[in-house]
Amino acid sequence: MKTGLLGQLAITFATMSLGAIGGANAVLPEMHRQAVSVHGWLDDTTFANLFAIAQAAPGPNVIFVSLIGWHLAGPTGLAVATAAICLPSSLLTFGVSRIRRRLIGANWMKLLQLALMPIPLALMAASGLIMAQAADHTLLTVVLTAGTTLFVAFTQRNPLWALSVGGLLGGLDFLLTAG
Amino acid sequence: MAQGDQAASEKPVSYSSIFLAFSKIGLCGFGGVAAWAHRVLVDERGWYTDKQYADLLSVGSVLPGPNVCNISIMVGDQFRGALGSLTALGGLLAGPLLILIVLATLYETYGGLPLVQAVIGGVTAAAAGLVIGTVIKLARRLRASFGNILVGLLAFAAAAILHLHVLLIVAVMVPLSLALTIRERRR
Repeated sequence: MKTGLLGQLAITFATMSLGAIGGANAVLPEMHRQAVSVHGWLDDTTFANLFAIAQAAPGPNVIFVSLIGWHLAGPTGLAVATAAICLPSSLLTFGVSRIRRRLIGANWMKLLQLALMPIPLALMAASGLIMAQAADHTLLTVVLTAGTTLFVAFTQRNPLWALSVGGLLGGLDFLLTAG
Repeated sequence: MAQGDQAASEKPVSYSSIFLAFSKIGLCGFGGVAAWAHRVLVDERGWYTDKQYADLLSVGSVLPGPNVCNISIMVGDQFRGALGSLTALGGLLAGPLLILIVLATLYETYGGLPLVQAVIGGVTAAAAGLVIGTVIKLARRLRASFGNILVGLLAFAAAAILHLHVLLIVAVMVPLSLALTIRERRR
């Protein structure tokens, strides 16, 4: 049973690794589909909560995958999920690293960079929509999502401020309505 | 370029300094690891010039996987080969993963309390905004062509509405986008 879950984690994340153009947030819709709809590992709210926790920690976004592994199967799950999402893309990068001097400045590299631009953006936009659907059930949460969107899009300040304000207002709202 | 790269690789760089440099990048990188990667690798360590770093980033960004992870693998490999890559990637992930484990343990212990749930609910709503806001910020910097917009809309629909596998989306969209970009360039 346990090995079955670890095997599924490994296969699921390893297959999406090579699709993670522009970073882990590009595969968030796929992660949501696999973890929530296909495998039923997590419900919508837990998925969104874990994502928020990963955002509150420093480091690359890929650690969200580690957190899903941890939540499902503890330290082993964390190790398996992290290795699975990192390994295929890292091996490719390692291979390319050896021939990178021949690539730099090549015309087709510039074309490829231009052509790749819209894809991670579109996938991240889909991620944002999925996260908002999972997170926003009250007027306050809708306002928090909209406010953070504007804060991040139009200021250069650390997004951790917006996450902190979100947590603070969420807590205050609870205390005021409960009390 | 080749000359600069040579100079960079001639310097003896130890495993521990690779590990420490990338630990710093990982731990300081709240919501923007890339900016810290530049600061540490170029300004503090002096391992690369601005131009060399830009080249590194350009290769890292066309490959799948987080850009900073890709950079760590290339930098580690350049100084110390495969073990260097592992050291750099390990340094980048170790610190953040430890903090993550602490946060996850707190979440699993206290996550059931109504007040904690309300706080996390607020953070989660803000995190959704963080994703959407980042998309808007990046999109504003682009001068998108017709082809870019078409590819963006198709990829968005494929992921958000049709729920297709990300590998399928990438496998179809990359050649399509490349073809459109080449066509637009020719005009």
